[in-house]
Amino acid sequence: MSDKILEIQGVSKFFGSVIALQNVSMFVRPGEVTCLLGDNGAGKSTLIKTLAGVHKPSEGKYFFEGSETLFESPREALNAGIATVYQDLAMIPLMSIWRNFFLGSEPLKAGPIFDIENAKRITREEMAKMGIDIRDPDQPVGTLSGGERQSVAIARAVYFGAKVLILDEPTAALGVKQAGVVLRYIVEARNRGIGVIFITHNPHHAYPVGDHFVILKRGQIFGDYAKEEVPIDHLIQMMAGGADLEQLQHELAEATGRS
Amino acid sequence: MTDERVRQVSLANRLLTRPEFGAFLALVVVWVFFAIVAFDNNFVSWVTTAAILNRAAPLGILAVAVALLMIAGEFDLSIGSIVGFAGMAIMLLITPAEAGGFGLPVWMAVLIALIITLLTGFFNGVLVMATRLPSFIITLGSLFIFRGLAVAIPRLMTNRTQLGGFEDYDSGGWAAAFATKIEVGGARFDIAIIWWIVIAAIATIVLLKTHIGNWIFGTGGDANAARNVGVPVAKLKIALFMVTALAAFTVALIQATQLNSADSLRGTLKEFEAIIAVVVGGTLLTGGYGSVLGPVFGALIFAMVQQGIIITGVDGDWFRVFVGGILVLAVIFNNFIRQRASKR
Ligand SMILES: Nc1ncnc2c1ncn2[C@@H]1O[C@H](COP(=O)(O)OP(=O)(O)OP(=O)(O)O)[C@@H](O)[C@H]1O
Ligand SMILES: [Mg+2]
Repeated sequence: MSDKILEIQGVSKFFGSVIALQNVSMFVRPGEVTCLLGDNGAGKSTLIKTLAGVHKPSEGKYFFEGSETLFESPREALNAGIATVYQDLAMIPLMSIWRNFFLGSEPLKAGPIFDIENAKRITREEMAKMGIDIRDPDQPVGTLSGGERQSVAIARAVYFGAKVLILDEPTAALGVKQAGVVLRYIVEARNRGIGVIFITHNPHHAYPVGDHFVILKRGQIFGDYAKEEVPIDHLIQMMAGGADLEQLQHELAEATGRS
Repeated sequence: MTDERVRQVSLANRLLTRPEFGAFLALVVVWVFFAIVAFDNNFVSWVTTAAILNRAAPLGILAVAVALLMIAGEFDLSIGSIVGFAGMAIMLLITPAEAGGFGLPVWMAVLIALIITLLTGFFNGVLVMATRLPSFIITLGSLFIFRGLAVAIPRLMTNRTQLGGFEDYDSGGWAAAFATKIEVGGARFDIAIIWWIVIAAIATIVLLKTHIGNWIFGTGGDANAARNVGVPVAKLKIALFMVTALAAFTVALIQATQLNSADSLRGTLKEFEAIIAVVVGGTLLTGGYGSVLGPVFGALIFAMVQQGIIITGVDGDWFRVFVGGILVLAVIFNNFIRQRASKR
C-alpha cells in the first residue's frame, strides 16, 4: 500500500459548548476507499468539512501529502486537489447548471473572460457520463429534481477531485441506476489512484466499494476496520449501533421495572 | 440535440425570463405615457431627451455599482453620503492653505481623495464581513458617519460646508473629461452619459462574461455554498463595497467639475434613488439574481418621470408619489415575471 495522502491526528472540533469531534485520527491512502459510517449527528459532516478546509480544527494536526498543513479556506483545499460533495450539495438554486458546475473554478480563456462555451459543453458531457441527459445547461439548478441536483454536485467533484474525493451521503436521493453510477465512479476514482472518503447510511452501498470502514460515534472514533476484518452482517450490526441497541433494551427494562 | 422533454420556448417567453425585461417594458410605457400627455410640452424632443439623460447619468452610475453589490447579497445605504464626502475631500484638498484647505495640485487632490473614498468602501466591507451583521445596519450607520464627516471636517478647517472654485485650479483636463457638453440636435448632452455607458458596459461584461460575475451571482445566491466551493466571498464583497464607493467618487468628480464646487449635502437620498433604480430594474433584494441593464433602465425611468413632471408643470410634490407607485408596481411585476420564469 502507498503512503497516506491525507491524515489527521487527534483532531477536535468545538462549536461553542458543542463538542462535535473529539480526538479523531484517521487517514486516507491514494487508491483506497475509506467509508465513514455513523449515526445521525455522529460528526461525519463536521469531520469532512474539517478535511475540506471549511472548518479549522480546534485541536490536533492535519497532514497533507506528508507535511503538516492548515487549509485556511475550501479554495486552498481544492487547489491542493481535495474536492467535496457536501451533504447540502453547495448548489445555488437561482444559477444555471453550468454556472454552478464551475462556480469557484471557472475556466478562463483570455484574462478574466469565462470560457462559457467550454463550460457548457463539459457540463453536458460530465452529466451524460452519469447517465443524466441534461435538457438545457441554462436551466436553473433550483428547477432540477433532487437526484439530478445531487448528480451535478457529484459530477462536479469528480471532475475537480484530482487527489482526494470526499462524498457526504452522495447516494441519499438517487435512483437505483444513478446510485449504481456513483458507486462505479467511486471505484473508477480509486483505480485512478485517488483517495476517496465515502459517507453513507446504506451498508449495501458501503460494503462493495469500501476498503476500510471508519466508524464514528458521538464525535469519537469507534473503530477502523479493514474489509477483510468485517463480514457485511457484522458491519450492518455496527452501523445500526448494535451495542447501543443492547443498552437501549437494558434501559427499557429498567424503566419498565421502575414504573 | 433533440430531447423529447424540451419544448421550444417562444421568443416572448425567453425574453420574459430576463431580469431587465420588466424594466424595459416599464420604460416604454412611461415614455409613451409622457409622449402623449406631455406632447405639447415638447416631451418628444432633443432638449427633453438630453435633460432626461443628463439627470439619469449620475444616478445610473451609482445604480450600476449598487446592482453588482445587491446581486452579491449586500446593501450600501451610505453611497449618497460618500458622494458628499468624496466631493468635499476633493475640494478641501484643492482649497489653498490660507483658506483652510491643503492647497494641493488638482491631480494630487483627486488621487488622494480617490484613495480615501476607496477606504470608505473598504471600511464598510470589512465591518460587514467582520461583524457578520446585515449590511443594511452597518451602512445605515456609515450613512450618518460619512455625512457627518463631510459636514464636520470642512467646517472645522474652512468654516464652510460649500467649497467652490474648482475651475480656478484646473488646467482644463478634468473639466474636459467630466463636464464637457456635447451638442446634438441643438441640445446639450453631458459627457457623464458616456461615462455611464462605459461603466455599464464594463459591469455587464464583468457580470456575465467573467469568473468574477459568476462569483457575484453565487455569493448572492448562497454565500455559504459559494464559500464551500472555493469562492473568496469576503474579499469579493469587500471589493464590491469599494466599487460602490468608486461609483460615488465618480459622481462626486462629475459634480465638482460641472458645478465647480462641492457641497457637504450633495448626494443626499441618492442611496435610496439608486436602490429604487436597481429594484425597478429587476434585481432581487435578497441577492443572487439581477442584471446591469435593468438598473440602467431603472435610472432612466426615474429621470424620465422626474423630467416629465417638471415639464408638464404638475406640482413637483407629486413626484414622490409617482416614484413610490412605480417602485411598488415594478416589484409586483418582477415577482410575477420571476415566478413565470422559474416555471417556464
Ligand atoms: N456549526 C455548528 N454549530 C454548532 N453545532 C454544530 C455545528 N455543526 C455541527 N454541529 C453539531 O455537531 C454534531 C455533528 O454534526 P454532523 O453534521 O457532523 O453530523 P453527521 O454525522 O454528519 O450527521 P448526519 O448523518 O445526520 O448527516 C451535531 O450534534 C450538530 O448539531
Ligand atoms: Mg452529515
